Amino acid sequence: MTLIATLPTEDRPASPYADLTPPMTPVQALAESNRCLFCYDAPCVRACPTGIDIPAFIRSIATGNLKGAATTILSENIMGGTCGRVCPTETLCEQSCVRNRAEDRPVAIGRLQRHATDRLIDGEPAHPFPRAASTGKRVAVVGSGPAGLSCAHRLATLGHDVTVFEAKPKSGGLNEYGLAPYKMADDFAQREVAFILGVGGITVEHGRRLGADLSLEALRRDFDAVFLGLGLGGNNRLNIPGEERAGVEDATAFIERVRQAPPGQPPAVGRSVVVIGGGNTAIDAAIQAKRLGAEDVTLVYRRGRAQMGATPWEQELAQTEGVVLKTFAAPKDIGADGITFERTRLVDGTLAGTGETFTLQADMVLKAVGQKLSAEALDGLQLAGGKIAVDDAYRTTLAKVWAGGDCVGSGEDLTVQSVQDGKLAALSIHSHLSA
Amino acid sequence: MADLSSTIAGIRSPNPFWLASAPPTDKLTNVVRAFKAGWGGVVWKTLGEDPPVVNVSSRYGAHLDTDRRLIGLNNIELISDRPLDVNLQEIIQVKRDFPDRAMVVSLMARMAEEAWAGLARKVEATGADGLELNLGCPHGMCERGMGSAIGQVPEMVEQVTRWVKNATRMPVIVKLTPNITNILWSAEAAKRAGADAVSLINTVNSIVAVDLDSMAPTPVVDGKGSHGGYCGPAVKPIALNMVAEIARNPDTRGLPISGIGGVTTWRDAAEFLALGATNVQVCTAAMTYGFKIVEDMIGGLSNWMDEKGYQTLDQLSGRAVCNVVNWNDLNMNFSTKAVIDPALCIDCGRCHIVCEDTSHQAIRIDQGEGRRVFTVVNEECVGCNLCSHICPVPDCITMVPEQNNLPYVTWPNDARNPMRVPEAAAE
Ligand SMILES: Cc1cc2nc3c(=O)[nH]c(=O)nc-3n(C[C@H](O)[C@H](O)[C@H](O)COP(=O)(O)O)c2cc1C
Ligand code: SF4
Ligand code: SF4
Ligand code: SF4
Repeated sequence: MTLIATLPTEDRPASPYADLTPPMTPVQALAESNRCLFCYDAPCVRACPTGIDIPAFIRSIATGNLKGAATTILSENIMGGTCGRVCPTETLCEQSCVRNRAEDRPVAIGRLQRHATDRLIDGEPAHPFPRAASTGKRVAVVGSGPAGLSCAHRLATLGHDVTVFEAKPKSGGLNEYGLAPYKMADDFAQREVAFILGVGGITVEHGRRLGADLSLEALRRDFDAVFLGLGLGGNNRLNIPGEERAGVEDATAFIERVRQAPPGQPPAVGRSVVVIGGGNTAIDAAIQAKRLGAEDVTLVYRRGRAQMGATPWEQELAQTEGVVLKTFAAPKDIGADGITFERTRLVDGTLAGTGETFTLQADMVLKAVGQKLSAEALDGLQLAGGKIAVDDAYRTTLAKVWAGGDCVGSGEDLTVQSVQDGKLAALSIHSHLSA
Repeated sequence: MADLSSTIAGIRSPNPFWLASAPPTDKLTNVVRAFKAGWGGVVWKTLGEDPPVVNVSSRYGAHLDTDRRLIGLNNIELISDRPLDVNLQEIIQVKRDFPDRAMVVSLMARMAEEAWAGLARKVEATGADGLELNLGCPHGMCERGMGSAIGQVPEMVEQVTRWVKNATRMPVIVKLTPNITNILWSAEAAKRAGADAVSLINTVNSIVAVDLDSMAPTPVVDGKGSHGGYCGPAVKPIALNMVAEIARNPDTRGLPISGIGGVTTWRDAAEFLALGATNVQVCTAAMTYGFKIVEDMIGGLSNWMDEKGYQTLDQLSGRAVCNVVNWNDLNMNFSTKAVIDPALCIDCGRCHIVCEDTSHQAIRIDQGEGRRVFTVVNEECVGCNLCSHICPVPDCITMVPEQNNLPYVTWPNDARNPMRVPEAAAE
């Protein structure tokens, strides 16, 4: 397969790395913040996994107290900046906004959240949350993704000393390596990491992978507590012939390549790209391929649109960006220049092949059929449903070891859920250490 | 279609919407634009004796809502800063070009008969329809013994009105200041002196805002600010009350009233008329949106009058006056309760929290299907109206009177009143 993007450059976005949804202007934020009704026991707050006091922060925007708005957000969700950009708000806070009921248009909570936090993260010299007096306790956090950094930050503010062990050369986890660049424009992941670490008391050691030079046993021995925010390192396979061919790649690896390419030199994409899968990652990869100049991008999912992990809003976004969505087709075979699908249908809720097939031409195939926990080096930890088992207080079955984020089954695999896991695990660790 | 033509103090205009004496009526250019836009009349920007006054730079301050809607405007401008003769020539020309519109000219002078009489005669020569005496400006001019410095002293109101009445055959409207203890005192003074009408209110004395960087009241003039005149939507309630007081007081009843203060929509105008005004004057609304707003004022008033069956403004004017009473004349036995329409409710919870925090803990929350259900507990509800006002959805919370079959009993006669006058006319 030869990778030559062919979409005329005139029809490509000015920069494939530019914001897909631009930040709000102050005037937009003023108008939108004034739509918020300042609800009591607001439905939007109940729908936010981190429980941000949404009416309070929006009112602060309306009164010109932008710093207060940002502090309100960040006090519950230290990654409020990323969440304002990437949360599927249409299924979370904005779905619950009471403005939907009479007007069919929620308050743009996510964009307002970004508006408030951007100002603080870019402009404020001092970190908004001071550290408590040192407790002398040391906590190891494995993984510097949303769960790990959220946990580390909360522990640091509570006065503990935190060492974060990160396998990759940069911090941020999926924020840095896994989210489409058009959601995290202008190196936001690294700016946010710098902001979070600005609290002090957190050391990050890069190139430290659990199982390589790091063992759970040693961590338990050397630290007062251990938090595992490992994420999901492994990708599910299609298990069909041709999966090893050149041009066939995990969508997460593709996005990582795009994210890490030097600015101005985005990686080449195919002329015809087929993405397999129906979740956020599939959508991100498809839109990104299109924005990088692919002529045809087809996203193929084996079930229907209602069953997709991607929200209707994301599906529509992909279509607006020029991605073709094909449903009820399962991949069977990847050939030299095409991929063959079998049409499927749902029979009493179970998927069944119809025997009918078709072939899509493809010089690049991106697989986004789910991720899974890489369970090596987790000896002694009990798993549940393929993830690390934890109790209500995020304690694993091993003493002194907590876990949260995508590697546990706390909720949906969302950034915002991971931030919440990290925060609650930190509070749990803190009460254990203060006992 | 309703007939909107209006006559006050013998001055006729095709509709009751006049522009108040202020920047919108400062010169020919503005007034011609206003008449072309449909305004029924103008009160020309206040004229004084030459030499003209000199204004400072930076003149207006604003009271804005968080979404930058103008709630109130304040100004520290003085009267017309153009030569008297230029104004008079323009008045002659505009009146000639728009003979069907009301052309009233506002005057202000020091406390001397020759000053007032001289100005009145000059205006009479222009062919204008009438005079308005500016006894209200609460800033700048009052420091020179004019404006509210006169309007706040009933004897001076009476004196000035007499001087002008003696000097001219034109109808004289006396414009009252709200910056007094009791509006009736100045209204009665004007009436005693033979005023053909009163107009009210002029602006309310105010500091509208403080610039927190320069630490000075706005508008800031080189680091300092002064108190100014407040107007716009926020002052309407003050004006309505004063209009009603004059309309229902036995000594002033029947004195024609030109209602001014915060008129922004046809509905505001209808309210002024209902409380006894014969027409209305508008300043801030025009300064906020331009002259075109008069179209909806005229159309809205006309449509509403048709809907209600009023054919002329006379039928409407004063209709609510008999229902304005003192608190002591209210029925202590009346009881009304809030009722929430669950079909309109959008689940914001505001009614609950305001009643809970600041009123009578009368709105209960139950968990419904995927949303909360709000219900008024009748035993606790005192019928204060708070919830119905703050609910974001119109008509979602209504106030429903209870059928308690109790007689109309006022506080002086109420058994709960320890100072009750023993009922002489007990049945
Ligand atoms: C900038 C400005 C200047 C004014 N100048 C005068 C004036 O010269 N003479 C006068 O009688 N009233 C003057 N007024 C008061 C208005 O005529 C009117 O009484 C007041 O603004 C209330 O009406 P509104 O709420 O519609 O603005 C002025 C008001 C403003 C805003
Ligand atoms: S539900 Fe909507 S209107 Fe109510 S507080 Fe939340 S954002 Fe504001
Ligand atoms: S204020 Fe109105 S919309 Fe809000 S909960 Fe109460 S009744 Fe419902
Ligand atoms: S009318 Fe007043 S007391 Fe009654 S429910 Fe509403 S806020 Fe409460």
